[in-house]
Amino acid sequence: MDLGDIKISLLLASLIVAATPILLAALGELIVEKTGVLNLGVEGMMIFGAIAGFIATIETGSPWVGFLFSILGGAAIAFIFALVTQIFRANQVASGLALTLFGLGLSSLLGHSYTGIKPAAFSDLHIPILSEIPILGVILFQHDPIIYFSILAVAAVYFLFRNFRLGLILKAVGENHDSAHALGYNVILIRFGAILVGGAFAGLGGGYLSLVRVPQWTEGMTAGAGWIALALVVFASWQPFRLLIGAYIFGGVTLLQLNLQALGLEINVALLSMSPYLVTIGVLVFMSARRSRGSLEAPRSLGKTFFGL
Amino acid sequence: MLLEMAATSLKNSSVMRVIGVTKEYPGVLANDSVSLDLERGTIQALLGENGAGKSTLVKIIYGLVKPDSGQMLLNDRDFHPKGPQDARSKGVGMVFQHFSLFDALNVFENIALGMDEAFQKTHLRSRINSVSEEYGLSISLDKIVGNLSAGERQRIEIVRCLLQNPEIMIMDEPTSVLTPGEVSDLFVVLRKLASQGMSILYISHKLEEIRSLCSKATIMRHGTVVDTCDPRKLSAGKIAESMVGNSFSNPKKSKIKAGKVLLELNNVSLKSKRTFGVPIKDISLRLHAGEIIGVGGVAGNGQDEFLGLMSGELSPTKGTLFLDGQDVTYLGPVERRKKGLLSAPEERLGHAAAPEMTLTENTLITAEHRMDLSKNGVINYSKARSLSEKIINSLDVRTSGAGSLAKSLSGGNLQKFVIGRELIQNPKIFVVNQPTWGVDAAAAASIRQRILDLAKDGAAIVVISQDLDELLQISDVFCALVGGQLSKPTDTKKLNPKTLGLLLTSSDAGKAV
Repeated sequence: MDLGDIKISLLLASLIVAATPILLAALGELIVEKTGVLNLGVEGMMIFGAIAGFIATIETGSPWVGFLFSILGGAAIAFIFALVTQIFRANQVASGLALTLFGLGLSSLLGHSYTGIKPAAFSDLHIPILSEIPILGVILFQHDPIIYFSILAVAAVYFLFRNFRLGLILKAVGENHDSAHALGYNVILIRFGAILVGGAFAGLGGGYLSLVRVPQWTEGMTAGAGWIALALVVFASWQPFRLLIGAYIFGGVTLLQLNLQALGLEINVALLSMSPYLVTIGVLVFMSARRSRGSLEAPRSLGKTFFGL
Repeated sequence: MLLEMAATSLKNSSVMRVIGVTKEYPGVLANDSVSLDLERGTIQALLGENGAGKSTLVKIIYGLVKPDSGQMLLNDRDFHPKGPQDARSKGVGMVFQHFSLFDALNVFENIALGMDEAFQKTHLRSRINSVSEEYGLSISLDKIVGNLSAGERQRIEIVRCLLQNPEIMIMDEPTSVLTPGEVSDLFVVLRKLASQGMSILYISHKLEEIRSLCSKATIMRHGTVVDTCDPRKLSAGKIAESMVGNSFSNPKKSKIKAGKVLLELNNVSLKSKRTFGVPIKDISLRLHAGEIIGVGGVAGNGQDEFLGLMSGELSPTKGTLFLDGQDVTYLGPVERRKKGLLSAPEERLGHAAAPEMTLTENTLITAEHRMDLSKNGVINYSKARSLSEKIINSLDVRTSGAGSLAKSLSGGNLQKFVIGRELIQNPKIFVVNQPTWGVDAAAAASIRQRILDLAKDGAAIVVISQDLDELLQISDVFCALVGGQLSKPTDTKKLNPKTLGLLLTSSDAGKAV
């Protein structure tokens, strides 16, 4: 097989770009699920973040303002979910699905007149010295700030749950909300906050999609990225660094198969397009099969509504 | 003289005074103007039947529930906790009935979650170790809580509570899940704490425990305080009477002649598939009509597996089971139920009852066929509902109705319901594990009486219990279940504490008699 036309270092660099929207959304969902809430509306929050950021960028000319609005947009949609599931105690699965449909519909309504426009470019941030390293510099240190942020955020979430009291409290609420309540923690408030943070992450991921990865607005442009993010959280067994690996594998294989398709390889296109999903799931299943169980299980209160005492 | 009086008044001064606290839930007046004095350095009992309002009262004191009216004084100062954290910071700690622990987290994390002020990991670790050493509450900090025994879990809760240096510790039915050995260890700790000046508010149903541990008892009934007494000076019967409001008779065993063999186990063995399961080894047993067999033994010796074998949930790896002459070795629970073998497992929520379903639905689950609650697959809800109501009334289950969810009932009330549901179906053979677990004295007596009545009507009954007094009171024949082996049946009347102890501790129960 001739891969000569595909430059490996560039491929690796762009796989990070391809993976970042999913990584961001999945990281947000990880935090949410750790507190015991299952928000299936990731897709809806992402695409609303995408259009909110896109419109803001077009109107102001600044991608930074765009990203801010992506974050706010994602959180705003998440707010509806939080209100419905935490305050009015609606079923999380149904509310999440509704959120996805709502987000998709609302974004195509808002984005109607924005199709086909190109947003202001978001410049890369070449890190001095490090970006000069041959190969590695191209792969890792010539990206835009959002990518650096996403990697730092993975580390931050990892340490949050490992070393910080706040992380422990979030985990406790997700493990057993009755016990957490009995100890005096405000389950509803903690979950409400986590849902907003999760929405902000998903919105940012969506914004990255419409402002950097593509970059333009098309209806339904998330194309299932939110669902991939949801699946990644489960397959990564709620561990941030596995999420990173999973997202990058997914991004990598997506790009690779696109390149292979372009090369005109004699493999069925349908097979190639399903390969990212299969490879990602395969790798993550393999990783979780090797470790002892227990630490890999879902939060015990996941998806359950807290009714108080 | 004056000094002496001052000293005694200081010693007997109240730490906590509850004055006229009232709390109303929709449809129930849980606490009706309740008053209580908790004295410094004493272990004081809070007594009452299931649903008398004890739990509501302690939740109010611990800040989990806000009272509608009334006043509380802590060291003569107004005490209105905004929440548990506030209560803890003011010196009120609580050890819960259903432990408030997180299974997936380790012991250290569980304790850390109960700490309100900032801490350093190493510093907190050494504090935990010093507290657990001082009171002989051994715990290992890095174990995952889900794998620990009830006794170990309780020690974690107590350590977590003690780390806050509370003046008052509330214990909600602390011994209901403990083995006798763990209970006496706990009492040593509690007495030591009280001697150091801590006040302990102790909730329990077990009157003998209270008589040996507590110097004062406050008795509640239907949300009000009906009596305050010194439990050491009263008999258990007298205390029970004031709890219930009228005298109740202890179950009476009438002489029954054992009839034909109804259930027969021949060399039944089972390899347990559960992680912490106990294998059953070569059990043989003959159960006659009208006979009650008591199976004693410390929890975790194969009780669950033994019950599962008889109910049909587990199929034996070896041996055969005959029900009234028919081979039922490989029949499941539904088929066995149809043939008249009913069972009530120990774990109420999740095993005996589905927590998220209503009482009516829970009735349907076990009584559908025997009580004709469905026809051609269509459920007759009105019949199921009236049957549930009958169960609720006959065992005085305190609930807002047959439509309430199983998980909304208190432990003791659900237990009454679960037992009543089987008894009302007139079983030919009834197998029950821990029939009176967490049930108050009067209700326990009534459950035992019903079991005796059932035997009198010709049913064969297996009672698995950790309460030896209960077994001695109602069973005709006693077996010990140790390490998955059943000892030879012994006539209960021929047992004395010594032979009983020998039976229960023998590692080779099969040959003990």
